[in-house]
Amino acid sequence: MPDPKPSAQPVEFAPWVDPKAAPLISFRGVTKRFGDFTAIDNLYLDIFQREFFALLGPSGCGKTTLMRMLAGFENATEGTILLEGQNIGAVPPNKRAVNMMFQSYALFPHLTVWDNIAFGLKRSDMPKDQIPARVEDMLRLVQMQKFAKRKPHQISGGQRQRVALARSLAKAPKLLLLDEPLGALDKKLREETQFELMEIQEKTGTTFVIVTHDQEEAMTVASRIAVMDHGKLIQVDTPPVIYEAPKSVYVADFLGDVTVIEGRANRVGDIYEVSWAEGQPPLRCASPLTLAPDQSCFVAVRPEKVEIHADRPEDENVLQGKIVDIGYLGNLSTYHVQLANGQIIKAQNFNTERDTRRRFTWEEDVWVNWTVRCAILLER
Amino acid sequence: MRRLLLIAIPYAWLVALFLVPFLIVVKISLSDVQLSIPPYTPTLEFSAGWTGIRDFFSQLDFENFVFLTEDSLYWKAYLSSLQIALVSTALTLMVGYPIALAMANAEQAWRPTLMMLVILPFWTSFLIRVYAWMGILSTEGFLNQFLLWTGVISEPLTILNTRVAVYIGIVYTYLPFMILPIYATLEKLDVSLLEAAEDLGCTRRQAFWLVTAPLSKPGVIAGCFLVFIPAIGEFVIPSLLGGSQTLMIGKVLWEEFFSNRDWPVASAVAVVLLLILVIPIILFQRNEQRQREAEQ
Amino acid sequence: MKRFSFFSAVSLTLGFAFLYVPMLILIIFSFNESKLVTVWAGFSTKWYVSLLHNEAFLDAAWVTLRVAVFSSTIATVLGTMAAYVLVRQGRFAGRTLFSGMIYAPLVMPEVITGLSLLLLFIAVGVDRGIFTIVLAHTTFSMCYVSVVVSSRLATFDRSVEEAALDLGAEPFDAFRSVTLPIIAPAVISGWLLAFTLSLDDLVIASFTAGPSSTTLPIKIFSSVRLGVSPEINALSTLMIGIVTVGVISVSIMTKRSATRQARDERAAIQG
Repeated sequence: MPDPKPSAQPVEFAPWVDPKAAPLISFRGVTKRFGDFTAIDNLYLDIFQREFFALLGPSGCGKTTLMRMLAGFENATEGTILLEGQNIGAVPPNKRAVNMMFQSYALFPHLTVWDNIAFGLKRSDMPKDQIPARVEDMLRLVQMQKFAKRKPHQISGGQRQRVALARSLAKAPKLLLLDEPLGALDKKLREETQFELMEIQEKTGTTFVIVTHDQEEAMTVASRIAVMDHGKLIQVDTPPVIYEAPKSVYVADFLGDVTVIEGRANRVGDIYEVSWAEGQPPLRCASPLTLAPDQSCFVAVRPEKVEIHADRPEDENVLQGKIVDIGYLGNLSTYHVQLANGQIIKAQNFNTERDTRRRFTWEEDVWVNWTVRCAILLER
Repeated sequence: MRRLLLIAIPYAWLVALFLVPFLIVVKISLSDVQLSIPPYTPTLEFSAGWTGIRDFFSQLDFENFVFLTEDSLYWKAYLSSLQIALVSTALTLMVGYPIALAMANAEQAWRPTLMMLVILPFWTSFLIRVYAWMGILSTEGFLNQFLLWTGVISEPLTILNTRVAVYIGIVYTYLPFMILPIYATLEKLDVSLLEAAEDLGCTRRQAFWLVTAPLSKPGVIAGCFLVFIPAIGEFVIPSLLGGSQTLMIGKVLWEEFFSNRDWPVASAVAVVLLLILVIPIILFQRNEQRQREAEQ
Repeated sequence: MKRFSFFSAVSLTLGFAFLYVPMLILIIFSFNESKLVTVWAGFSTKWYVSLLHNEAFLDAAWVTLRVAVFSSTIATVLGTMAAYVLVRQGRFAGRTLFSGMIYAPLVMPEVITGLSLLLLFIAVGVDRGIFTIVLAHTTFSMCYVSVVVSSRLATFDRSVEEAALDLGAEPFDAFRSVTLPIIAPAVISGWLLAFTLSLDDLVIASFTAGPSSTTLPIKIFSSVRLGVSPEINALSTLMIGIVTVGVISVSIMTKRSATRQARDERAAIQG
């Protein structure tokens, strides 16, 4: 008999495009003020079951407040928050099917790893005799069986992170909140742990909401990213969309590296031509936007889309300049090419050959170009 | 050379004015009382040379210590000092903990002011603070007037010159010593630990008993020792508030010395008092040490 | 999230009432017309007037003040030296004994400290008077100073001192021009602490004072033993007033300088 169970992760997991899908979490016009400071400003947002949802933004953008409202530590000033259609505004944190992994991990220093994980279970309706098995399961999930008897100060930072994760997952919450979960780890450990987090999220099928200011982390782990600023959602999309099709200069600049050029657009056929500086050719851009003639706009180009040549290529969007700076990163090099009018264009080249002499050097005159489809046209 | 001088000056001062006097106390506690100046024997006669020193040591004995065990006044005084110190430490903890907790929970902007309000009485004269209670606790004092007025009692209570007055005096004067270390540990307590406890299903009350209380233990221990240790040797409070029936060893020592002029016994009382204090002092030091290590 | 509950408000109110009501009563009844300190008979300042004409109290106050100034100043110098030795001089022969002698007086019952010093003064044959009280007070308050100063010394960034040495300063010069200005607030609070401890002390002064050098606490104690008197209330009110004004103005000054520093730092960041 064939296994009736569907595969753990559907090929195309995108409940947010399905109009019939009911969201797990729903923010309806939520505003949060502290005194006269508005932390969250009339926010609408749906988060779906099994999502790995990332809240990304600079510090003070309101992402932590949003998360603390989900956990129940802050109450919305206006608007409602629904969990499975139920208003959870009046539910105290200890009664919510939501658990949180704290930025500082908040492991109880006087309790062992085992007791930390069992803490929430002892206060749930789980029968006493089932608790040890559940704790063992969680220890196995995060590979910490050997350290069950240790106190938090006797294990490493990475291990503490795992214990904190196990503790917050132990009660099998409908929603797990992760507040900068990897912020305290060094870069290498952080990258490894990102994949472990994704694996655990898939295995347990829990909905994760992660708060981070690290855009790479958000890109790696998240099914969708919400970019926040000043208490508002700037853009909510999947990582590829948010990177390749940002809706504003702010988002383009916040995620990854970008060169932004301001100009005025005019439609020529199915392409926009952006004139931007005296003596420089107009930049040609394909865009789904509809702009008024001569409307002010921005052209955003990611450095890896910019090619760099020693001789003038036969192509579109070709600009001439001089290399003023080279950043060598090992796998790739970033060149800052200054045009005659002072504008700097960032270009990135993969170092595919083990040549110690670089292809281009300082003060060298070069040509840069990018294709019509590679540049992003933005209204603001 | 400079380094030597830097070490030598405070060192010599402490040796001359702390260590040597202490050794003198030990020595006199082993001597016999005599009606002369100084009122004890033997005195060390260096002029007599080696035999003088030998005579000196041969005359030292534990007679005074034996006397302390024989006269019930002394061991009763030690016991009642210990008991009064224990009870008042417990009372101070019960009064001080809620205050420290409330201070730690207060708005950040308020905390320096609250701190100052706790410390301010410490800067005002100890004697005056004890004296203030004499007028409150006496039979016609404010407390009795107030209680009679509210109708809680119909006859004035005798509080002054009882142990209860001593308890009140100790709690009152040593309260800052209890509040400050507890407040220090509570203030350092990571709020996210309490949030984590609530997130995992605790009520506020459970979170207090499961997280706040155990984690404030070092502060509680430090506060208790800071009250307990000086309370044992307390002199001013029992003599002003305790009346003649309240025995405390500091008072006995004072009277032995000034009224009875029995210096050897007074010294022996002092030595035994120190021996009693050694245990809590060592425990206190160990607690401090552990806290320092935990912070690193 | 607010953690300050109704319970907190109640315990703070009751706690501070407990701390301050006795002193308030004391102050109020210093202005009582009647000699009975528990029955209000109308406002009067006559006890302050009679206090000002009480030679014995004035003499005692003068003795106390002189003792406090001398002993706290010497104690500050010695205590700062001791702190510097403990925190900065590393190991030397007898260091354990030294740190033991710094900490022991803090936990030593006053009766024992007083008794032992008196026995020393008699053994050496020094006449008791202001000089012996100063010696006694200096000894125990230098330990408090050294604890206050050494906690500051232990926390400040040592590389600042090393930078001074690196730039060619002699060790003493580095201490004077770099370390001392940084630890100055701790040294000052050490002095204040020593000063109040000396003003406050009854027990040790009783043992080490001579017949001609009665300090104010000794004088207060001997008259208080006989019962409550409005004159003592007036004296207490004056002392509480002086201390309160002193403590509050010091804390306002430190707060001001802290705010100024914070503002300067903000201004510097904003360029």
